[in-house]
Amino acid sequence: MTEYINQGSKDTRSGFGAGLLELGQNNPNVVALCADLTGSLKMNDFKDAFPDRFFQVGIAEANMMGLAAGLTIGGKIPYTGTFANFSTGRVYDQIRQSIAYSGKNVKICASHSGLTLGEDGATHQILEDIGLMKMLPGMTVINTCDYNQTKAATIAIAEHDGPVYLRFGRPKVPNFTPADQNFQIGKAVILNEGTDVTIIATGHLVWKALEACQELENQGISAEVINIHTIKPLDEETILASVAKTGCVVTAEEHQQNGGLGESVGGLLVRKKPAPQQFVAVNDSFGESGTPDQLMEKYGLSSANIVEAANQAISRKNS
Amino acid sequence: MSNITELKQIASQVRRDIVRMVHSAQSGHPGGSLGCTDFMVALYFEVMNHNAANFNMDGQNEDLFFLSNGHISPVFYSVLSRSGYFNIDEMSTFRQLNSRLQGHPTTHEGLPGVRVASGSLGQGMSVAAGAALTKKLNGDSSLVFSLHGDGELQEGQIWEAAMFAPNHQVDNLICTIDANGQQIDGSTEEVMSLGDIGGKFEAFGWDVMHIENGNDMSQVLAGLNQAKTRTGQGKPVLIVMKTDMGSGVDFMEGTHEWHGIAPNDDQLASALNQLEETLGDY
Repeated sequence: MTEYINQGSKDTRSGFGAGLLELGQNNPNVVALCADLTGSLKMNDFKDAFPDRFFQVGIAEANMMGLAAGLTIGGKIPYTGTFANFSTGRVYDQIRQSIAYSGKNVKICASHSGLTLGEDGATHQILEDIGLMKMLPGMTVINTCDYNQTKAATIAIAEHDGPVYLRFGRPKVPNFTPADQNFQIGKAVILNEGTDVTIIATGHLVWKALEACQELENQGISAEVINIHTIKPLDEETILASVAKTGCVVTAEEHQQNGGLGESVGGLLVRKKPAPQQFVAVNDSFGESGTPDQLMEKYGLSSANIVEAANQAISRKNS
Repeated sequence: MSNITELKQIASQVRRDIVRMVHSAQSGHPGGSLGCTDFMVALYFEVMNHNAANFNMDGQNEDLFFLSNGHISPVFYSVLSRSGYFNIDEMSTFRQLNSRLQGHPTTHEGLPGVRVASGSLGQGMSVAAGAALTKKLNGDSSLVFSLHGDGELQEGQIWEAAMFAPNHQVDNLICTIDANGQQIDGSTEEVMSLGDIGGKFEAFGWDVMHIENGNDMSQVLAGLNQAKTRTGQGKPVLIVMKTDMGSGVDFMEGTHEWHGIAPNDDQLASALNQLEETLGDY
């Protein structure tokens, strides 16, 4: 398989912070808002460099979303920063009416998504945010896989006119995508070409999919690995071309199965090219406290789970 | 004085538009619309510097208005069309299928004059404060106005925005509370008492003013003009404006009963008899 080198593990939220700073230097219309989590979101560098374009809103996320909608009127491009739970579920109606329905150019940037938030537990581990956001008409939904990709995505979404949900996380994870990548919204990245099964992964599960691909190769199975950083709009062409070749699919995400990436892919396949699909996702459950690694294992989101799902998908294809 | 007479004439026509729209759709919110008519007419025909003929979303170098209590869309639509944002004939499409005049205002259908959707309550103060911040960042000295229902103050987000605006010296913002004392289930006193609205905002750091009779055009105009002079001094300005729900139509006045129901044919005739047709019906 194609080899990927970990250039040194980093948190994706730091990619967001670095991207926001670079963006601030190059685009005077970019402004940022944060609800008392500036350090956690790695927004301090932007705040220090551009104090007039940074707004501390306190612990008041609903107001932050409304402010962001208003800031677009007159040409600003607001980036909001807080945890994924407080970026979506807590403020769903504010996003729905003032941002999505109103067509406002707001970038909702969410850290600490999924189980890998870790010890804080289920109150903070939202596993429903992709579903909530992808249901909103006109909303672009992005879940990046590493530091470099998060930085590139943070910069790229400023060029897209419309609301965007950008989802990233807390822990240090392998940084393996190119620093100079050209991030294209809605364009999937084929990380490894294969013929027996297609593994479509997003966010932190992309590296695990690569680990699974290596193990599958050891078992004599050729897996195609797709990094689907944009969940909406979905890159249907790349997915359908891959499934035409492999005939079966595994989707992998740090999110509920209900409403997640897997359901988007499944819906596409049912409409265009039915094929066996196995889901690596949280199965209708809340999370809990634990280390990120412990949680990913307990809730079935490890590379071993992807290997097992791939074998099941292949066996269903062949039965 | 002549402009007061003229504004009153416009207000009479706007009230006719309101009851005719709601009657025609057999749905909508006449009570609050009638109560806020004088305020909206003063704002759009005298107080605000705005460009109705060439609407653009950014509205740079013009005053902006945000309607937070979006259910009083009839008065908003009438004032927008009568001041030139769109043809008055379009009022006949209010709440109909494929109309730009949705039940609650939206940008989604491209209606000129609307800059954000509203209807789900409590969101407009945040949006108005955000737009006011952008004006400051752009070096644009014009003002941002907003209108809120008193019942709407029961929404928590209002108080998040109320805390933010003084903290960030958003002093190019004038928010008005339509204090009609009524909401869907009854009087605000019965449903969830708001206490001293002005005192609450003052405690949050706002410069608070009062308009004792929001259905007296002279008082409304004087109040709004005074509010403009109090901007730029480090504090957002809040106006507590007492109004009569249903003002101008005797059987709709002073009751929550006409919050969200439409008049029948006889009631329409009675209402129109009380309101002079000054500019020609749509």
